[in-house]
Amino acid sequence: MDLFLQQTLDGLATGAIYASLALAVVMIYQAIDHFNFAQGEMAMFSTFIAWQLIAWGMPFWLAFLLCLVLSFIGGMLIERIIFAPIHDAPVLSHIVVFIALTLIFNALAGFIWDFTIKEFPSPFPSQLPFETKLIGPHELGVVAITLVMLGMIYVFFKFTSVGLAMRAAAANPVSAALVGISVKKMLSLGWGLAATVGAVAGMLIAPKVYLEPNMMLGILLYGFAGAVVGGLTSPGGAVVGGFLMGVLENLAGTYVIGSELKLTFALVVIVTVLLFKPAGLFGRVVVQRV
Amino acid sequence: MALLTVNNLSAFYGPIKALKGISFSLEEGSVTTILGANGAGKTTTLRAICAMVKTEGSVTYEGSEITGKPTEQIVAGGVAHVPEGRGTFTRVTTEENLLLGSYTRRDKKAVAEDIEQVYTYFPRLKERRDQQAGTLSGGEQQMLAVGRALMLRPKLMLLDEPSFGLAPLIVEEVFSILRRINEQQKVSMLLVEQNATLALDLADHAYLLETGTVVISGTSKEIAADETVRRSYLGY
Repeated sequence: MDLFLQQTLDGLATGAIYASLALAVVMIYQAIDHFNFAQGEMAMFSTFIAWQLIAWGMPFWLAFLLCLVLSFIGGMLIERIIFAPIHDAPVLSHIVVFIALTLIFNALAGFIWDFTIKEFPSPFPSQLPFETKLIGPHELGVVAITLVMLGMIYVFFKFTSVGLAMRAAAANPVSAALVGISVKKMLSLGWGLAATVGAVAGMLIAPKVYLEPNMMLGILLYGFAGAVVGGLTSPGGAVVGGFLMGVLENLAGTYVIGSELKLTFALVVIVTVLLFKPAGLFGRVVVQRV
Repeated sequence: MALLTVNNLSAFYGPIKALKGISFSLEEGSVTTILGANGAGKTTTLRAICAMVKTEGSVTYEGSEITGKPTEQIVAGGVAHVPEGRGTFTRVTTEENLLLGSYTRRDKKAVAEDIEQVYTYFPRLKERRDQQAGTLSGGEQQMLAVGRALMLRPKLMLLDEPSFGLAPLIVEEVFSILRRINEQQKVSMLLVEQNATLALDLADHAYLLETGTVVISGTSKEIAADETVRRSYLGY
């Protein structure tokens, strides 16, 4: 029983990371109808920036915040420079650009910081103030920070006029322009936010998997699985899907398939969901009267 | 002074020229209607004014040139477009649709009052305020489109077939509200409408478009009396 609880709670911690990445992917998917394969490498690159700032002697949380700001700007620039010009290009062009971005970020990180693994500090104390064997301090911190971030994003989209405008611009760009929303600005903002969310995920997972240019590969796959399970049209669903994937991964790894097939497991989930319930658990099959 | 002056305006869909250099103007406070058969370029005219299609020629609004400005800037200047197909934000609530209509306004305090004002015009929308807007009926979505446009506190409304797909009773309701808005709030309107009788009744000026060019223009009375218009568009 202890093992089960331990694995579940631990799964929630990695699930928090998957949830963040799934959310980032879904945010961009809703805005431009394409799946950002480069999300993971963007997050990895952000994490390297934070690592560099810390290596230069900056305190962790300051580096964390500065990294978020830089990631936000970086995300907006990527949209402005790369994706705005190909906005109306066919899906294949987008895929090629996503793959190119993935390779560029990967190679660039290797070029600047080389491919040896680096230790990334955990900001959380090494011991919890209370006695438990069920969850480690870093894991608990990861879940807490992720929940705070998700809460803030929820409030932003639900209760602010810019958040509402972003949702409107993503769902109906023509009408959005007709009420005076600059769809271009909203797209940039969306990319900035997605890059920031990804950066948080990267910095929180790095202490566990060690920092190196390929660290996000498996994680992004699980993030994708989370997004697909939850539904690509539902940000809330993607978050739930992410947490679910974290728990399932651990339980399947412990009781069923062992750790070698963990990545395969994510792919099996993706294929199964797309075959039997393509809208995902929470994806909206849009109800519309004409 | 003319609120809107359109001079030698052409519009293109790819290689197809849908408007062939039309010119007209709209007086402040007036309702002007554009009549014409399907494909004459009525909708395109409205789209061209707020930069939703590729254009040539010039559009002047409130004395300054708006040609080449992006749609959202033209809208922010007080031009509210009620688009063909209603343009509902289907995945958000009715009230959020209205809020979106006020997006460019800075006087956020007055927005709540204006929402109430829209609800007095269209009580049905109040009943549906928290409902996902995509589930509203066609008539309700048309009311919502007009309401959303009003939330801008516009100087000029571009109305694209506000009667489309509505039951006769609702059409009457929508048009009487449009008349009230024009008379009480002095909002100028450029109206595109299939139902010529209705349009000429509300409007004081009219233009007749045929395949992308203006063929007749005049006051609504003159146009209504015109032999061709009467036979082709009024049907008696």
